[in-house]
Amino acid sequence: MKVVRPYGDTMDDGKVQLSFTLPVPDGAKGREAARKLVLSWGFKDCEVVHSAPLAAEFSFYVAYGKTESSIDYDSVVADEASADASMNMDEVNEYIRRNLGRKVVVVGACTGFDAHTVGIDAIMNMKGYNHHFGLERYPEMEAYNLGAQVPNEKLIDYALKVNADAILVSQVVTQKDTHIHNMTEFIELLEAKGLRDRFICVAGGPRIGNKLAVELGFDVGFGRGAYADDVATFIVKKLAEKN
Amino acid sequence: MKSKLNLPADRVAYARQLAERITAPVQDFIDGHSSVTVERATLRLAGADGASPDGVPVANLVVDRIRAADPAALEDGATLRYVNALLKTGGNERALNDRIAAGFDVTSLPLGDRAAIEAKADEIVAGTLARIKRNREFREGKLEQWKGRNNSPLLYLIVATGNIYEDVKQAAAAAEQGADVIAVIRTTAQSLLDYVPYGATTEGFGGTYATQENFRIMRAALDEVAEKQQRYIRLTNYASGLCMPEIAAMGAVERLDMMLNDSMYGILFRDINMYRTFVDQMFSRMLNSYAGVIINTGEDNYLTTSDAFEKAYTVLASQLLNERFGFRAGMPSELLGLGHAFEMDPSRKNGFMYELAEAQMAREIFPDCPLKYMPPTKHMSGDIFKGTEMNTLFNFVSKATNQGIHLLGMLTEAIHTPFMMDRYLAVDNARYVMNYIDGFYDDVEFKKDGIVVSRAHQVLGETIEFLELVERTGMFDAIEQGLFAEMKRPKDGGKGFEGLVKKGPAYYNPFEKALKRELGIVR
Repeated sequence: MKVVRPYGDTMDDGKVQLSFTLPVPDGAKGREAARKLVLSWGFKDCEVVHSAPLAAEFSFYVAYGKTESSIDYDSVVADEASADASMNMDEVNEYIRRNLGRKVVVVGACTGFDAHTVGIDAIMNMKGYNHHFGLERYPEMEAYNLGAQVPNEKLIDYALKVNADAILVSQVVTQKDTHIHNMTEFIELLEAKGLRDRFICVAGGPRIGNKLAVELGFDVGFGRGAYADDVATFIVKKLAEKN
Repeated sequence: MKSKLNLPADRVAYARQLAERITAPVQDFIDGHSSVTVERATLRLAGADGASPDGVPVANLVVDRIRAADPAALEDGATLRYVNALLKTGGNERALNDRIAAGFDVTSLPLGDRAAIEAKADEIVAGTLARIKRNREFREGKLEQWKGRNNSPLLYLIVATGNIYEDVKQAAAAAEQGADVIAVIRTTAQSLLDYVPYGATTEGFGGTYATQENFRIMRAALDEVAEKQQRYIRLTNYASGLCMPEIAAMGAVERLDMMLNDSMYGILFRDINMYRTFVDQMFSRMLNSYAGVIINTGEDNYLTTSDAFEKAYTVLASQLLNERFGFRAGMPSELLGLGHAFEMDPSRKNGFMYELAEAQMAREIFPDCPLKYMPPTKHMSGDIFKGTEMNTLFNFVSKATNQGIHLLGMLTEAIHTPFMMDRYLAVDNARYVMNYIDGFYDDVEFKKDGIVVSRAHQVLGETIEFLELVERTGMFDAIEQGLFAEMKRPKDGGKGFEGLVKKGPAYYNPFEKALKRELGIVR
């Protein structure tokens, strides 16, 4: 058992940084309200170090709290696709040549009304993101990035047309749970057509976790900080497993 | 303004000539065509307002029924039929709109005396143009009255709640915090709707529907804050998409001050048909121009989809093309808010100097344009502290190079739509930097062959090479081959192609004629 608390400058001091807005005017009363509010969240100690008016009826606070809560670090299970380190681009290509002996076909899109290609581009575009090349650059992969606002139906049709091994669904907008609706519809469509087992289904987006994706029927989900290497590694290992 | 970069004037002039030659054949095509949304915009200007019980706008009902009655009939323009119906039914626009919304088909009436129709149309055109002109004069009057009270560059903030009434609260708070420009971001995918929804709306995804009623509500709210603040607050919305001319028409009538309007954004980034987009942008820009609306072009999109360092030339090339299409639609430089963005990888060595070089280059090549500068988004992570640092340098470059319109960067970009406090922190950062370095740049000159100067010369050179290639290829083929933004867009592909209309010999559009006359467009 390894018990941990937030660390400010001394082990176990439990110091936490907070900032928030209250719908009240700025002033002594607002600051006291902010302090009491922080204490009500279970903090043992709170100092409101800054406040400022945002509008006539809104004010902004920066506060420090001290918590006594702790967690047993050893009991934590991470919500990640794989505990193993991902292979890099060269290793993935070598893995495909050795274990699959044919090109791996991947189709991706940002589905529904979501117009943000930044996520799918980071994973698929030649250039990639943050010095991690995208799937289009992988010599042993054929990658088709259909862009944004692609209906689920169209994405599935395209995947059938190019005989895809894996389908990537990117969802950036999460307002009003639109991503859950889109992802659910995608899986339901596949199931209705009897195609769910034909493809490896990968979901991704800044607010998508592996747990959520798996719950909705995907094989895996990738959130913030995932690169093409991680997605590619999962796909090729899963394919090898399927064969 | 003293040049800091010593860009060769003859090379800049040559780049402009290339843009002129590239856009000339496109303009020939535009002049021979209309589209369903150009016709609907004209109808809206003529008074076609309202919607059927199931939400189809009157302007769509008229155009769709004309097409259904005779697929070729739109060649003559839709206004003829609408004005004819006005005369024949003897009522006002409102009464006619109600009848159309209830199912009445304007093509069911035979065409009456042409001279009488044209006389009535001229009367309507004069009335609408007078209203738009009054809006323009009101804005100019307020800007004069409150001269010197806005920030420079103008601080631009976005609201995006999906609910126009919630937007109003957020916008008022943002204006009170110091924003000069409020943009109401549209609901996701509105750019792909081939109609403009009707009435006030409270449901949207990632933004709020652009409707005429929503425009009116936000305009009234911002005017109220402006009076309190004694500072004119500009209202922005988004024209680009399948309804560019209609949204421009609504903006002209409801006194919007800025509109996102790019000549190629729809083609490249929304897969809208290229011919349709070119035709639509022309009519929408004539309206923006007459209404004194500053357009914001979308060059930032080239940098978020490709590497900002390698593809810097695509920004200048697009700015030159947007400028030329703007000129062709009667726009003066003062209304051309050409875009660019601070999107280089923050880990790039000397990235700040390259950003400075490119912003300064835009300033020197387009000295009279209110350049629209976009903040870092692509490399913003969940690290809000790093995000603040990047925004600080962005603010520095923007103020130093005297940009016109400064879209404030959010520390929570890539996490969620901005909280009220995120906007406050953004304004606070910008004001701190802009005051603290106010006169700094006047004191600075760059080394003749240093990093900054060399970078600007290099990007200009690459831009000219690229424009030469586009000219040799031809604009339509260049887009089809993927020369822009690495997007291949087939000529007859994309959304909205079926809405393109070839003008017949008897094509009649009294608004187009009047706008061309007022704006001094000769061709």
